[in-house]
Amino acid sequence: MSDAMAMSTANAAAGAQRSPILPLSVRDLVLRFGDAAVLDGVSFDLGTSGCTMIMGPNGSGKSLLLKLLHGLMQPTEGQILWGRHAAADVTARQALVFQKPVLLRRSVAANIDFVLQARGKDRARRDALLDHVGLAHKADQPARLLSGGEAQRLALARALATDPEVMFLDEPTASLDPASVLAIERIVSEARDRGVRILFVTHDMGQSRRMADDVVFLHRGRVAEHSPAAEFFPEPRCAAAREHLNGGIVV
Amino acid sequence: MGEAFALALGLVLSGDPDLAEIVLLSLRVSLTATILACLIGLPIGALVAIGRFRGRGTVLIVMNALMGLPPVVVGLLVYLHLSRSGPLGFLGLLYTPTAMIIAQTILIAPIVAALSRQVLEDLHSEYAEQFRSLCLTRWQTVQALLWDARYSLLTVGLAGFGRAVAEVGAVIIVGGNIDHLTRVMTTAIALETSKGDLALALALGIILLVIALGVNAAVQSVRMTAARQAYV
Repeated sequence: MSDAMAMSTANAAAGAQRSPILPLSVRDLVLRFGDAAVLDGVSFDLGTSGCTMIMGPNGSGKSLLLKLLHGLMQPTEGQILWGRHAAADVTARQALVFQKPVLLRRSVAANIDFVLQARGKDRARRDALLDHVGLAHKADQPARLLSGGEAQRLALARALATDPEVMFLDEPTASLDPASVLAIERIVSEARDRGVRILFVTHDMGQSRRMADDVVFLHRGRVAEHSPAAEFFPEPRCAAAREHLNGGIVV
Repeated sequence: MGEAFALALGLVLSGDPDLAEIVLLSLRVSLTATILACLIGLPIGALVAIGRFRGRGTVLIVMNALMGLPPVVVGLLVYLHLSRSGPLGFLGLLYTPTAMIIAQTILIAPIVAALSRQVLEDLHSEYAEQFRSLCLTRWQTVQALLWDARYSLLTVGLAGFGRAVAEVGAVIIVGGNIDHLTRVMTTAIALETSKGDLALALALGIILLVIALGVNAAVQSVRMTAARQAYV
């Protein structure tokens, strides 16, 4: 185990002594913009470990759900409970990786340094973090000249630098080539194996099958199905998910 | 005209000491004012850029309006404060380079604040969600925005410097255009033109233009280097 990862595990252990932020309980979540309800009564529970894939057609509210869970937005109605905490109180114990990474106009290394310093972490971990995502050889290069896959790996390293207990991924591999997709899945899987709770939004069916411990399928602003992966993929219960898995168009 | 131009070039090339003194004082006053205006204007621009508060729209209107402050009005206001009977008269600053620096700082700080506000607000719209996810404090956000916009802000500083070094109204009122003490390029050009000494006026005009071109070229080349690294 690398130094950075050992440190991360140590911090996770320290985090466990604080009041835990898992399991997650979501009750009757509603998000309205004007008269339109994007999320319309979403309820589900997540356990303390594993990787939950959040799936559903465009406009089903997946990305907004992540932002609500991360405390970046307020729901119109409903309740989000991370352990005994409200979402806005635990943002700092979580990390969100966006579909399009927002990288600072600095070098690759400086992007990590910035987060380590801002969050009061040990700056000596930077090289190990870059090594972990395979970017050590690009440390001095401008971050915004990285390829799409490299940029997303840097965004992952930056997320891991905050020692998150929960990591949200919002279609992090959309528009990446297969090698980059696998590299990112490897990093995410390793984080999960170290105890980081993963919530992963994707449209990629293969990716879901590779990564999922359980699946939350959103349709028309509601949870159409929440099943363990072993049940969901062979035999989805709801019609929309069945259609989606069979390659049909779900609207 | 041609004769005056030849004389002017001769003065520039011979390194005339009076001319050099005027040029150096001009640069000292305007560069100092630019640095002070940046120290005042950049944090204000950044705070307004990321802040959401009541009356923000009014603040924006006032900031933008202050960019058009007439130099003579600024000069007059500073004069009223620094003159013997004014509230700051005891400092004895009237007709010194310090008074000129104060006037130019007041003149260009709003320019720096208003232009940097726009630059930083655009950058913040890109970074805001990521920064909220990282739970950065307001101060950390301001620092990061100022650093990441550094090359765009160079152009903002340049706009301020350009305004300062070229203005005549404020410095002539609070500086008095005293030879060997407060005479700068613009006040000297005004004086020499009115005296009919077109050669010296033209020589100063040429230098002023060359400085403007040189500073712009330097900033442009820094920005192009930064753009190649995608730092802009």
